[in-house]
Amino acid sequence: MTFHIDKAPRRLAFVNARLLDPASGLDAVGGLLIAGESIADVGDHLTAASVPPDAMVIDAEGHCLCPGLVDIRVQLREPGEEHKATLASTGEAATAGGVTSMVCLPNTNPVIDDMSVVEFVARRARLLGLTKVYTYGAVTKGLAGETLAEMGLLSEVGAVAFTDGVHAIGNAQVMRQALNYARSFDLIIAQHPEEPSLAEDGDMNAGEVATRLGLSGIPRQAEVIMVERDLRLAELTDGRIHFAHLSTRAAVEAVRAAKARGIRATCDTAPPYFALNENAVGDYRTFAKLSPPLRAEEDRLAVIDGLADGTIDAIASDHAPQSEDAKRLPFGQAAFGGIGLETLLAVSLELYHNGRLPLLDVLRLLTCKPADLLGLPAGRLARGLPADLILFDLERPWRVREYELHSKSKNTPFDYRPVQGRVLLTVVDGRRVYAYDR
Amino acid sequence: MTDGDSLSPFPHRHLLGIEGLTPPEITLLLDRSERFVERNRQVGEKPAELRGRTIICLFFEASTRTRTSFELAGKRLGADVITMSVSASSVRKGETVLDTAMTLNAMHPDALVVRHPESGAVKLLSEKVTCAVINGGDGSHEHPTQALLDALTIRRRVGRLENLDVAICGDIQHSRVARSNIHLLSIMGARVRLVAPRTLIPAEVERLGVGVYHDMHEGLAGCDIIMMLRLQTERMNANFFPSKREYFHFYGLDYEKLSRANPEALIMHPGPMNRGVEIDSVVADDFSRSVIYEQVEMGVAVRMACLELMAGSGAQAAGRNI
Repeated sequence: MTFHIDKAPRRLAFVNARLLDPASGLDAVGGLLIAGESIADVGDHLTAASVPPDAMVIDAEGHCLCPGLVDIRVQLREPGEEHKATLASTGEAATAGGVTSMVCLPNTNPVIDDMSVVEFVARRARLLGLTKVYTYGAVTKGLAGETLAEMGLLSEVGAVAFTDGVHAIGNAQVMRQALNYARSFDLIIAQHPEEPSLAEDGDMNAGEVATRLGLSGIPRQAEVIMVERDLRLAELTDGRIHFAHLSTRAAVEAVRAAKARGIRATCDTAPPYFALNENAVGDYRTFAKLSPPLRAEEDRLAVIDGLADGTIDAIASDHAPQSEDAKRLPFGQAAFGGIGLETLLAVSLELYHNGRLPLLDVLRLLTCKPADLLGLPAGRLARGLPADLILFDLERPWRVREYELHSKSKNTPFDYRPVQGRVLLTVVDGRRVYAYDR
Repeated sequence: MTDGDSLSPFPHRHLLGIEGLTPPEITLLLDRSERFVERNRQVGEKPAELRGRTIICLFFEASTRTRTSFELAGKRLGADVITMSVSASSVRKGETVLDTAMTLNAMHPDALVVRHPESGAVKLLSEKVTCAVINGGDGSHEHPTQALLDALTIRRRVGRLENLDVAICGDIQHSRVARSNIHLLSIMGARVRLVAPRTLIPAEVERLGVGVYHDMHEGLAGCDIIMMLRLQTERMNANFFPSKREYFHFYGLDYEKLSRANPEALIMHPGPMNRGVEIDSVVADDFSRSVIYEQVEMGVAVRMACLELMAGSGAQAAGRNI
């Protein structure tokens, strides 16, 4: 096991680090001092000579020190499906991936549509002391898409936003009321944008690959139809709508136009949608069976454009653990979803290594922007904030191998992919919770 | 690979599809099938190339003609043939296709003939067994022996496959027969056109190098071969067309639509036929044009050739999988 939890030293100092703080635009060699659970000082003035003598000093050897990643779309599986993942295994995967705060979907069993489940998850996560765990509450009771859940009460006990998880809210009237009601509390509704009747029974993106393989296709229009409907409803209610894991050119364009019109819309995407296309399904590779499905190359390029011009507000892992039994099936019967916590940083850094985005812009999409989106106290290197940060080697190459991942389920769509960038150390509230030991 | 393997005339361990086969490989399969056609028409003692070999026909989906055809093919080669219909037993108890594959593999068959309602399931199964696997039809993906028997029928009647205009008509969306035929005919130099209402044409299918028509009169104009497909109503979960009556009116093959084709054009159908839905009974039974029963006959010969190549003594080739 490569992580270990320290008792927090009174003071911990990093020196000789490449400090990267996307929120302030800082990119300089310097140091960072942690006192207790918070950042006490940060900047190029901190050197080995200037840190307080009682601090434990870590020489970063020029590697990158940046805020811990904030992942706003993770499926927990506990309670209910512990054979796929537990809070502990998810926490280990998250810390190994450099994620220090994650927001989990309500599709547990029982569903997070009741205050007691929010509190259960929060209590278990606190006891584990790994990555900080926040939860979405369900928009509708039982994620059934019919009756509104107690969003106000759920938010009082800690739910940071609302979504029906992997289910689209198909009924327009329910969505209208959800947006309208949530506005009373200034809460965000996050939608899985996929018109359910068009996606029903679909296995992968509709197109040549699906036709060759004899698989039923989900047209990409299923995404933009839902996005455009919800943008109209957000306009009608002045509600706050967030679209999860955008995967198509048309949907990115729709959100871009809506933002220009002043609609309160935001969106995220996940690494598979800018790093892979539908060809990854290859010869019925069920690890590449994702929801939404991997799209065509032109969609992948449009998602990158959306990240570059700010249309897409965040990158989330869309971590969806599935057991081997759920994936080792004929493609049509296999479950949707791929894990992503441990590949989130390395695959996202491809955008930098390939010259598509500046480094700070990539990190911004992984730290302060998702944190700001959901109002989380995270994602920045600033005095007084919780000391949630990571040290990573920007250049170190490695190959994703499912058996080396910490996640209990191993269903990564990036298996065998060569990547560049490795998390060396993860710190949560001043405690080292992961150290790369090879 | 052993010395014996390098002499194998067919370099694939399995027959999972037509896509990826080369023209010489297809020609080899057809030439070997040809030998069995005459043999099957004669009475008397049959040679037994597969004596002592075991073939398991594993059907996860109901089938009469394909299953019988493979059984007969195996038996005419002297093999022990066992048929398992899995849909009604183990699967209901929660057994997966891989569990079934591992179980059967432990019994050391020489070949498995597999039909499964999910595309790709046969490929998945083939990765877990040590014997040869022949795809007897997987979902909407491929049905390679059907395409081979169609090609054998055409080749015997017309004398060639190249430079023919072939119209494949009907439910392309759900048809594994159509996909295998598109690949085989294109590989062998025929020109393929698909004729169907838009709802039954899969996305971007023209990228497979076929022409697409939505009007039977246009689609059949001047064609040499007409392949009618069965409407796979069991796979349909939506409104692909309003009624069988309307479907027949626009897409059912009758003499009036047939008149647009080459006067010598052959009529084919993989069966079972929905008479009065995709084909008019009188056309189906016009044996001057319809080769539907000849296709069934060729099916046994083709499957004998495939079994002989895959399960026979020279069949342990560790070549790439297709």
